[in-house]
Amino acid sequence: MELYELTIHELSDRLRAGEITSAEIVSSVFGRIDAVEKDVRAYITLMRETALAEAAEAGEKIRKGEGGPLAGIPVALKDIFCTKGVRTTCGSRILENFIPPYDATVVEKLRSAGAVFTGKTNMDEFAMGSSTENSFFGATRNPWDIERIPGGSSGGSAAAVTAGECIAAFGSDTGGSIRQPASLCGVVGMKPTYGRVSRYGLIAFASSLDQIGPFTKDVEDCAIVMNVIAGYDPRESTSVPQEVPDYRSFLGRDIKGWRVGIPKEYFIDGIDPEVEAAIRKAIRVVEGAGAKSVEISLPHTDYCVAVYYIVAPAEASSNLARYDGVKYGFRAGEARDLLEMYKKTRSAGFGAEVKRRIMIGTYALSSGYYDAYYRKASQVRGLIKRDFDEAFKNCDVILTPTSPTPAFRLGERTDDPLQMYLSDIFTISANLAGIPGISVPCGYTTGGLPIGVQFLAGHFQEGRLLQAASAYEKHARIDKRRPSL
Amino acid sequence: MEYEPVIGLEVHAQLLTEAKIFCGCSAKFGAAPNTHACPVCLGMPGVLPVLNRKVVEFMLKMALATNCRINRVCSFARKNYFYPDLPKGYQISQYASPPAEHGWIEVELNGGKKRIGITRIHMEEDAGKLLHDERNPVSHVDLNRTGVPLIEIVSEPDIRGAEEAAAYLRRLHETLVYLEICDGNMEEGSFRCDANVSLRPAGTEAFGTRAELKNMNSFRNVQRALEYEIKRQRYVLEGGGKVAQETRLWDDTAGVTHSMRGKEEAHDYRYFPDPDLVPVVIDDAWLDSVRKTLPELPLERRERFVRDYKIPAYDAGVLTASRELADYYEELVRLSGEPKLASNWVMGDVLRFLNEEKKGIGACPIAPASLADLIRLIQAGTISGKMAKEVSEEMYRTGKPPEKIISEKGLVQITDEGALTEMIAEIIAENPAQLAQYRAGKEKVFGFFVGQAMKATQGKANPQLINDLLKKMLAGDK
Ligand SMILES: [Zn+2]
Repeated sequence: MELYELTIHELSDRLRAGEITSAEIVSSVFGRIDAVEKDVRAYITLMRETALAEAAEAGEKIRKGEGGPLAGIPVALKDIFCTKGVRTTCGSRILENFIPPYDATVVEKLRSAGAVFTGKTNMDEFAMGSSTENSFFGATRNPWDIERIPGGSSGGSAAAVTAGECIAAFGSDTGGSIRQPASLCGVVGMKPTYGRVSRYGLIAFASSLDQIGPFTKDVEDCAIVMNVIAGYDPRESTSVPQEVPDYRSFLGRDIKGWRVGIPKEYFIDGIDPEVEAAIRKAIRVVEGAGAKSVEISLPHTDYCVAVYYIVAPAEASSNLARYDGVKYGFRAGEARDLLEMYKKTRSAGFGAEVKRRIMIGTYALSSGYYDAYYRKASQVRGLIKRDFDEAFKNCDVILTPTSPTPAFRLGERTDDPLQMYLSDIFTISANLAGIPGISVPCGYTTGGLPIGVQFLAGHFQEGRLLQAASAYEKHARIDKRRPSL
Repeated sequence: MEYEPVIGLEVHAQLLTEAKIFCGCSAKFGAAPNTHACPVCLGMPGVLPVLNRKVVEFMLKMALATNCRINRVCSFARKNYFYPDLPKGYQISQYASPPAEHGWIEVELNGGKKRIGITRIHMEEDAGKLLHDERNPVSHVDLNRTGVPLIEIVSEPDIRGAEEAAAYLRRLHETLVYLEICDGNMEEGSFRCDANVSLRPAGTEAFGTRAELKNMNSFRNVQRALEYEIKRQRYVLEGGGKVAQETRLWDDTAGVTHSMRGKEEAHDYRYFPDPDLVPVVIDDAWLDSVRKTLPELPLERRERFVRDYKIPAYDAGVLTASRELADYYEELVRLSGEPKLASNWVMGDVLRFLNEEKKGIGACPIAPASLADLIRLIQAGTISGKMAKEVSEEMYRTGKPPEKIISEKGLVQITDEGALTEMIAEIIAENPAQLAQYRAGKEKVFGFFVGQAMKATQGKANPQLINDLLKKMLAGDK
């Protein structure tokens, strides 16, 4: 087995035992990148030189017994996290040459935990998309079938972990941008509670929905990195000063007697039969683990997509106003006056999907339309949140499909935004309610594409989520296949 | 037809907090361009605002001083528009839920008092500044001012004339400066005013169409601009025309307002709650702690000065023009025990010296204790009032205590009756002719003897004593 195929906990054990060095892991990962990146295209920017230096530094610390929980582990960052001195594009032409003078809080935390950064991964421009096709830098491919999309918007991170181009990766999830690609690529992906992981230095898409989370090869790795990135940050006003439990302590505990809620609204027409079968099987697995499945209702589920496509574009239309060509980033050439400079810069700097959402959002906030759209959507969002509060009175966790379909083909939905938007139909609700969710691999289609199952829990119940996911993982015994690249 | 002007004012006051409202940068004015600017100020991707709680406290002081109702929960909103001095493309302000509403202040008008309502006070961040190159077609952006805290104070449309508007503004200004939350500098833009003006037929209720006036950077300009605009609108209405709803700029040099943009071009700011900030909760403990720091306000203090120190209302007004000046005066009263004399000295010499150098009382080299000493020396007769003028000038110039100046200059008044009697006797003996004239009834000659006596003592004799002695001795009743 190659080092790049191992998990964080496997590599850490070997590092601490002195069997391998951090430099060897990093060489293995970059060897893999050299071999498969031309097919996968997971990265926008590689950080090879600094990675080698960081590996050497980590090696030194491990020898002295000072290494942090991620010492010497190569991880990838979605190109939405600001990295000091390293170009951060957010998948957009408008930030093609932007080099932040600061690190995101998450990047600082990973750095001080000893992580080695392999590079910045590809994404839908400003995280707007479900396929990573909306990137100025070209589409990322699904390692299981390079004719298919990896999901999005954090598709580069999901693909990089799947392809062995890093050991773990980080992304952001505004409506499913971690869980959906995790499901489509066959890895574990978690969106924590809103306020659990600092958004400082995360380039904003929709501020009230964005949350940072990890992609890992198994649930244990997910708990390890959550221990590193979770916690209060005084630099973020919406960060919550709540104690972070040891997430590893939830692993391996059983879920006997737990009530697992199955929302009836989530088994809809249009769900892929193979996906539905895999989820039905997953329900039997948790029952086999001693939990009881109970039907629950989330009555406002039908409104989730509509509410999301008002709230998120509205916030985005404001968040993206700063990209005006004045201070940093791309500026279109000659302009006669200020207005023309704005128009040319933003017309050429943003892609079609971003412009579409800026227009939708601007419209939803306009005077005369605000009450009918933004205000109404905010009110319905409150009802969706209440659905979950009610549901969690009757169950410990909720189990749903992550995505209604497995990975679709490149270009299949690019001309049909509405069809694309439905990719996130099962994941959006968690962002609207602010609750945590995790996607765990639960099988394969007959064509060999991965399928994911989603668990949801109440606010700040990441521990419970990890307990359910780890119990599921243990009992499901999904065969560990590897993509043939 | 008689028309009545209806005016509402919007005042923006920069707050004197150390740090900006949403980051740790210094809020001080006057630094080299873009040296007080961090990634938050620059609106860089991914950075987030964190509210400076001092700003809330400063806002609360003004809200309490203007009798506002405090809302216990308020929140921030984004005001969206594009401009190069606005790095995020939106200004963080407050919209649907302001922290303070329904307040009022009282202004004095022609001897009477009038209450003017305050609709709301809210917090927001200032924008940066554009510097236009005179010679080249380029503009530069200075973001030092970006994020400097502001409060916006919106009045009710209660104001009925230009003079009234100016009186209201002076009261607001005075209160802000008194609270030490704003330096009130209008030229530097730390106190800015926009006005909404409309006319309606006198005696009617409904509002006419209003124009918004901008670019008035002094009390005088506000008054002039309003006077002009009222006249302009009256002219339009009397000519059978309609006042357009528009924004107009005051042109200080030409003395006119002209249209900047019409209703059609008005911005749609697309306000919505800022998702990066959580609602501000103002609890009793916080409000009480702010209330405790409130100083006595100028109007109350003015009334107390008249009542307790028995000085004229005008004097009290001058002495309470700033909190520092009033503090100076009160300290002098405490040390000298002479409210009236203290008032004369402060309003006379002290303010004259300071005004000549365009300085504030904070820069006064004469400490209240020294001035109290001077008053005591005059009352004890050690020096004359005339000498005191000379001494006070020297005190201002050198900062020395009065006793020192008096002894250095040999200014001590001669009050030794024995010595003076001897000297006067000599003068009388040397001038028999004048003595004869005086005794013959030529009273004017008295002045001659006073002059001789002052000359002999180089002006240091106590004039009252000289008068008394001369009268007695010239009459011969020695
Ligand atoms: Zn700053």
